[in-house]
Amino acid sequence: MTTPQHVPITASPFHGNVRPLLNEVLHALDKLLETREATTIDLASLPFGPGELEHLEALLGTGELSAKLDALGSSSIRETAYPGVWWLEHRNAFDEIVGRYLEITHTPEILSSQDADIIAGRAHLEEQFE
Amino acid sequence: MKKRPTVGEILQAKGVSRRGFLKYCATTASILALPPSMIPRIAEAIENARRTSVIWLSFQECTGCTESLTRSASPTVEGLIFDAISLDYHHTLQAAAGEQAEAARHAAMQENDGNYLVLVDGSIPLGNPGFSTIAGISNVDMLKETVAGAAAVVAIGSCAAFGGIPGADPNPTGAVSVMDLVTDKPVINVPGCPPIPMVMTAVLTQFLTFGELPELDALSRPLAFYGQTIHDRCYRRPFYEQGKFAKTFDDEGAKAGWCLYKLGCKGPTTYNACATTKWNNGTSFPIEAGHPCLGCSEPNFWDDGGFYEPLSTGHFDSGEKLAGAAAAGVALGAVAAAAGRRRQAKFMKEG
Repeated sequence: MTTPQHVPITASPFHGNVRPLLNEVLHALDKLLETREATTIDLASLPFGPGELEHLEALLGTGELSAKLDALGSSSIRETAYPGVWWLEHRNAFDEIVGRYLEITHTPEILSSQDADIIAGRAHLEEQFE
Repeated sequence: MKKRPTVGEILQAKGVSRRGFLKYCATTASILALPPSMIPRIAEAIENARRTSVIWLSFQECTGCTESLTRSASPTVEGLIFDAISLDYHHTLQAAAGEQAEAARHAAMQENDGNYLVLVDGSIPLGNPGFSTIAGISNVDMLKETVAGAAAVVAIGSCAAFGGIPGADPNPTGAVSVMDLVTDKPVINVPGCPPIPMVMTAVLTQFLTFGELPELDALSRPLAFYGQTIHDRCYRRPFYEQGKFAKTFDDEGAKAGWCLYKLGCKGPTTYNACATTKWNNGTSFPIEAGHPCLGCSEPNFWDDGGFYEPLSTGHFDSGEKLAGAAAAGVALGAVAAAAGRRRQAKFMKEG
């Protein structure tokens, strides 16, 4: 596991909107461990002052695993320095950010191969034999 | 009516993977202000949603609402036009003009009778039909004719929703809102001057996705976006609670990013999503840029007191103060007193 960056929460020079969110993450981790139930936090729905989102990202740091998705624009899926806490960013075809989420889960659903795509891919593979 | 393809079929034809579709649904849930747990239901609904015909009417307006709409990042207006809606009439965006444009409007109304959406920006003048016409048709006649076969009407912007600036005192054209005239169809108000781009497209997306009207407040605004005040979600609110206020635009409080309440911020009485959805693809919103909220999504915001007067000043200043200022011949006081009397007279007249 990568060591989390040591950015003290209390050192936030901003408006105090990061600390309550980190508490929510803490509770979500407890829920994940106790019930295996995942939580998604839509960062677009929360108030952040200038610099607070960047501060949150620095606090959570970067973990061992990251992935890129290329579907309807690019997406990045990255585990933070805190295992089970994932930072997801979706962009549209113009490379504009259209969604930013924290997922507290073992594996974000979007990383899994989807049945519909597996069926289409299998059919395509079968065609190669004809 | 010819059967239009579902959005799912359109995306499939474009080769969009299931992963891409899930991403689309996640961002849709986000803009609809729905919890991520709703994503599976959204996916199912979007797959089966059919493209809907949309007729956009522009009346007494400045085209700011259309300018705003075309800056929607998610979904983009292009995405909406090609994937989810069939925009059959819109002065600014359509290629057709003159009789050809009017023919397109009539064709869309006939082919989709009872199922199309009408979007309106701008207020409607009742003072004289000649104040605003399109193809020789007065705004009020065009509105009545077009909404007759509509499933619902969406009033885009504060002018269409509440009369807006054309309806401001002394309202020279006799401007009224859409809901003043349309009483037999569902009307959804999406106010703002202009409204947030993503709120406009999200309201359309919600209707197209679930085939039902969103939950509305007492002013017919979707609760998902107008359910909380700017103040409720403002990142500067902690300073309000601490009693830290900017008192001028260049004092230490302003530089430190303190609360703008004393500079006239209407955030506490304004219901809108600016504080979280923000503008320019999530860059910032007026308060973040250091300016108080003007309250542009509220009825009569233009006439509702000075933009730089704190809410605690009240809508009507005290009678004694106004009378005293007028008697003393203080120019500002005299103007305020006259304005106050006009407002009071209008208020009394309207009951």
